[in-house]
Amino acid sequence: MNSFPALLLQNARIIDPVNNIDEPGDLLLAEGVIRQRGKAGSISCPANGLTIDLQGKWLVPGLIDMHVHLREPGEEYKETIASGTRAAAAGGFTAVACMPNTNPINDNQSVTSLILAKAAAEGSARVYPVGAISKNSKGTELAEYGELKKAGAVAVSDDGRPVANSQLMRRALEYSGNHNLLVISHAEEVSLSENGAMNEGALSTRLGLRGIPTVAEAIMIYRDLALAEYVGRPIHIAHISTRESVDLVRRAKNKGCPVTAETAPHYFTLTEEAVGVYNTRAKMNPPLRSADDLAAIRVGLRDGTIDAIATDHAPHSAMEKDVEFDQAANGIIGLETAVPLTLALVRENILTPARMIELLSVQPARILGVAGGSLSEGNSADITVIDPGKTFVYREEDIVSKSANSPFLGWELTGKAVLTIVAGRITFRDL
Amino acid sequence: MEFEYRFQHKHILGIEELSARDIGFILDTAESFKEISQRPIKKVPTLRGKTVIHLFFEPSTRTRLSFEIAAKRMSADTFNISASTSSARKGETLIDTAKNLTSMKPDIIVIRHSSSGSPHLLARHIKASVINAGDGTHEHPSQALLDMMTVREKKGKIAGLKIAIVGDISHSRVAHSNILGFTKMGAQVHVSGPATLIPAGIKQLGAIVCHRVEDAVADADVVMALRIQKERQLDPLLPSLREYAAFFGINRTLLQSAKPDAIIMHPGPINRGVEMTFDVADGEQSVIMDQVTNGVAVRMALLYLIMGGEDR
Repeated sequence: MNSFPALLLQNARIIDPVNNIDEPGDLLLAEGVIRQRGKAGSISCPANGLTIDLQGKWLVPGLIDMHVHLREPGEEYKETIASGTRAAAAGGFTAVACMPNTNPINDNQSVTSLILAKAAAEGSARVYPVGAISKNSKGTELAEYGELKKAGAVAVSDDGRPVANSQLMRRALEYSGNHNLLVISHAEEVSLSENGAMNEGALSTRLGLRGIPTVAEAIMIYRDLALAEYVGRPIHIAHISTRESVDLVRRAKNKGCPVTAETAPHYFTLTEEAVGVYNTRAKMNPPLRSADDLAAIRVGLRDGTIDAIATDHAPHSAMEKDVEFDQAANGIIGLETAVPLTLALVRENILTPARMIELLSVQPARILGVAGGSLSEGNSADITVIDPGKTFVYREEDIVSKSANSPFLGWELTGKAVLTIVAGRITFRDL
Repeated sequence: MEFEYRFQHKHILGIEELSARDIGFILDTAESFKEISQRPIKKVPTLRGKTVIHLFFEPSTRTRLSFEIAAKRMSADTFNISASTSSARKGETLIDTAKNLTSMKPDIIVIRHSSSGSPHLLARHIKASVINAGDGTHEHPSQALLDMMTVREKKGKIAGLKIAIVGDISHSRVAHSNILGFTKMGAQVHVSGPATLIPAGIKQLGAIVCHRVEDAVADADVVMALRIQKERQLDPLLPSLREYAAFFGINRTLLQSAKPDAIIMHPGPINRGVEMTFDVADGEQSVIMDQVTNGVAVRMALLYLIMGGEDR
C-alpha cells in the first residue's frame, strides 16, 4: 500500500506502556522504523514527508493477535492469508499468529514456509505461524519442531484438537525447549465435552443442547500446568473462559510458574444467554459461559492473571453456520471487533488504557518472543492509531474478513482502529 | 375491559412459548374434538384444501401416525417425508429443504428431528406453520399436551396435583415439555431417576429433584415413567437395565405410597420390566392407552388452532 519517505504522526495521545509513556506527543516514522519520538509539536516533518494530525486519537504499538485462524491452505472459501490479514489491519492489528488447523495441518516446514511466503506476498500484517504439537494433530507423535522453528514457526499448539495423551503433552513441553518454541494449550478434556454444543447449565437443559461443563476446561488446564511445572517449561493457556481457569492460572502464577494465558473478547462481553433461540453465531469452543465466569475473566484481565487478549478469529461460511445448532461449526470472527469490545472495558474502568495496550500488544509480543509491543526509537514502525470515541454500527457489508459469523452484527460499537502501519507501510486508513 | 382471548400462535415450537391460558384453550378444543373420533364417519371438513407435510428425520410410529390420523380426520391432504438426518446432512440442508417445501405451498409442516431447535430454524425459513413433533432433547409439545389432557380428564384439574416423572430426564424431550407444561398449569412436578440422567439446572425449569424415587412417588396423583434407551448404558450412564429396574422401575410396592387413585402414564414405547412392571403397565391405574387416544384429539386441535380456528 502507501509508503512514504517519512510520516509524521502529530498530536496523538501516545500510549507506550513499555516506556511508561501516556502523554500527548509526536512520532516520526522513516524508512520503516520509528525515527523520533517527542512532545506534541516538537517534531517537524521533513521535506516530502506526510503529516497526519491525530488530535484526540491514541497512538499505540501495533496490536498483535496471538490466536487466529487464517484457513489457508485448505479452506480458502472461509478466509485466506490475504483476506484475514486485511481484516487484521482493519481491526488495528499489525501482526497475527495463525493456528495450525489448516488442511493440510501445519505440522511441517513446507506448510509453514507456504504460509510465510503467502503472507510476504499478499499479507497486510505480519504473520507468525503456529505449528502443530503432534503430526497431523493426531495426538500420537511429536511434530518436527526443529524444522518448524527453522521455517519460521513461533509456537506449537494442537488448537481445536486438544492433546488427550498426557505423555505426549509432557514430551511436547520437554522437546519444545530444544527449539525454544512456546507450547500453547487448547485446554479441553474431550471425554467431558464431546458433542457438546454450549455451556452446561440450566440454559443448555432448557434448549435441549448437550452441555460442555466448565470442568472440561479446568481439568486440562490443571494437567497442563502440572506438567509444565514438573518439566520446568513455560506454557501458554489459550482462550480461557471460566472462573476455575482464572483461579488455576492465578494460583500457578503465585507459585512462580512461567504460565501465561489469553482470553477472547467474547468471553468478557457475552454470556451463554447470547445463544438465544439457537443462534449459531454464538456457538464457539470453549462456549460462552455464565455471568459469574464473565465477571471472573474481567477480574483476571485487570489483575494480570490473564496476560493477553486474542480473538480466536475463526471464520466460517454460511454452509457451516446456517444449519441446526448442534451441527454448526464452532467459532466466530473477531479481528474487526476486538478494539471496540476491549475499549468497553476501559470505559467501564475495568482496564486502564495502558493495560489494554499491554493485553493487545506488549504481552502478545513478549509471550511469542516476537518484535513489537513498544514505541522505542529504532523499532520497526508497527503502529496502531485508535479513535476511542468513534461510534459505528457493525454491519455485514462492512466486514473485511471473507466470513461474517459474528454475534456482534448490528451492535453499535464505540472505538475503532483508524490507522494501521506495518514497518512504515500503511495497511489500513480510515481518517 | 378485558379483551376476548384469541389463540395467536402461528407455530407450535414448544410448551415454553405457550401460556397457561393457551394450554387450557388447546385442551378445551381437543376435548371438543374427541367426539369426532367416535363417529362412524370419522371426518370433518374443517381443514379441507389444507396441505400438511410430515417431515420426519427420526423414526417414529406412534407420533407420526397420530398426526396423520388427526390431519386426515380434519380432511387435510397429508404427505409424509422420511429422511435420515445423516443422508440429509450429506445432501440438502434443512434451510434448502424449507425453501423447496415453501415453493410447494404447504400450510403446515410437522417436523421431527434429532437436532434441538431444528423446528425453530425451519420456522425462520418457511412461510407455513410449523409444529414440533419432537426435536432432539428439547421439546415434544404435542406429547405434553396430550399428557395434560389425560390428567385433566382423569383428575378434573391439573393445578395442585403432584406429578412424579421417573426415568431419563436428561435425554427426554417429553419430560422437558411436561415439566414446563404441568408447572405452568399449577401442578408440582417431582422428578427422579439415576443422578446421571438428571440434567444440570433442571430445578430452574421448575422441577423438584428427588434422589429417592420413593420421595417422588409418595402421595403423587400422577406417576409418569419415561423410556430408558438401551444404548444409555454405554455413555456410561447406567450400570445395567436390571439395576435400573430394581431401583427406579415402577412396581406395585412402590405405588403403594402414591395416592390410592394415582394414575400411571408412559409416553411409549414401553420397555416392559424396565421402566415399569407388566402388572403396572396393564393395571387399572394405567391410562397409557387413553394417552394415545387423546393424542389424536390434541393434534387435531393444534392443526385447527394454528390454521386460525375458523370454519368450524
